[in-house]
Amino acid sequence: MLGTLLIVFREVIEAGLIVGIVLAATKGVAGRGLWVSFGVAGGVVGACLVAAFAGALAALFQGAGQELFNAAILLIAVAMLTWHNVWMASHGREMSRELKAVGAEVRAGGRSLLAMAVVVGVAVLREGSEVVLFLYGIAAGGGATMAGMLTGGVLGVLLGAGLSALMYLGLLAIPAHRLFAATTGLITLLAAGLASQAAAFLQQAGLITVLQTPLWDTSGVLKEDSMLGRLLKTLIGYTDQPNGLQLIAWVAVVAMMLTLMRLVNGSARQRAPSVVPQPAE
Amino acid sequence: MIMTRLAFAALAALALASAAAADPAPIPVTLKNHQFTPNLIKVPANQPVVLNVTNADSLAEEFDSTPLKVEKVIAGGQSGLVRIHPLRPGRYAFTGEYHSATAQGVVVAQ
Repeated sequence: MLGTLLIVFREVIEAGLIVGIVLAATKGVAGRGLWVSFGVAGGVVGACLVAAFAGALAALFQGAGQELFNAAILLIAVAMLTWHNVWMASHGREMSRELKAVGAEVRAGGRSLLAMAVVVGVAVLREGSEVVLFLYGIAAGGGATMAGMLTGGVLGVLLGAGLSALMYLGLLAIPAHRLFAATTGLITLLAAGLASQAAAFLQQAGLITVLQTPLWDTSGVLKEDSMLGRLLKTLIGYTDQPNGLQLIAWVAVVAMMLTLMRLVNGSARQRAPSVVPQPAE
Repeated sequence: MIMTRLAFAALAALALASAAAADPAPIPVTLKNHQFTPNLIKVPANQPVVLNVTNADSLAEEFDSTPLKVEKVIAGGQSGLVRIHPLRPGRYAFTGEYHSATAQGVVVAQ
């Protein structure tokens, strides 16, 4: 039972962290709970579909279907996270002014919340498909240990969700005027990590076979497979033996985020000259 | 938007750079009763390697290895190609993640 619990807990945490960050990043935006719930539900449905059709998917593209699918959905999540940060950079100033002035929830563009719902859906689909396959295998196997293992699975989901909720509450403890910067940073690192994972899948697919040599090895310091290693892998893209392509992907996403946010922030200031006195720079 | 075009161009360049290499002959590996056969796989170092993993069990298994940088779900009764990057000489462990107590193996590059 413990083994099952740990495996399921690990997968749920990896998705739960992302959901928690998304929720913290959209705090104060009207309707975000509903959108995130749709994202989770969509992810669960998607996970069941992927699990059911795992064989057919893998057979596509000369046996590289699964890797290409994983890379594609990870890159879609990167694009959605980028969209969110850029949108917030463009509108964040107005939003925080509105929040303070009106004290009520802000109307965000439906597209920004849709983007976050997609991110949540991708995360739940990725981890969920593994949980579904694993638990299905146990249920189909049957036998005396089945009840114990299924209990472990359910407990793993509850514990994983619980720890993710704690992390979300921890994020909310950040003072309101710093929360925006904190979640922007978390989303940037999250996207960079997802891009690094996508790079590895593209190489595993055989689509890209260059830049595959590991650049360094920190598994002596922190193994990627350890609990902390997995948490860091989700949060910042930690991998104990990154190769050239992964490093380039990580740096490129961070650079792209910073550049795009700066670009729209600059034009946002030009668009709406503020009557609120700007702090001296 | 120029960013999207740059990204596509970079991806295409990388794919082209990789197109020349063909897959090496796959090494057969069988998973049965949640055990890998062979479970010690010798491969030449510094060359790309491909494993053809056949899942002879009825249920799906995930071929997973962090040092090999591979993770792949193989449905019951099906085979999957696992492409591994050129390895420095050494031992690289892999497992079947859903039954990791018994599904274990090592790739030895030399």
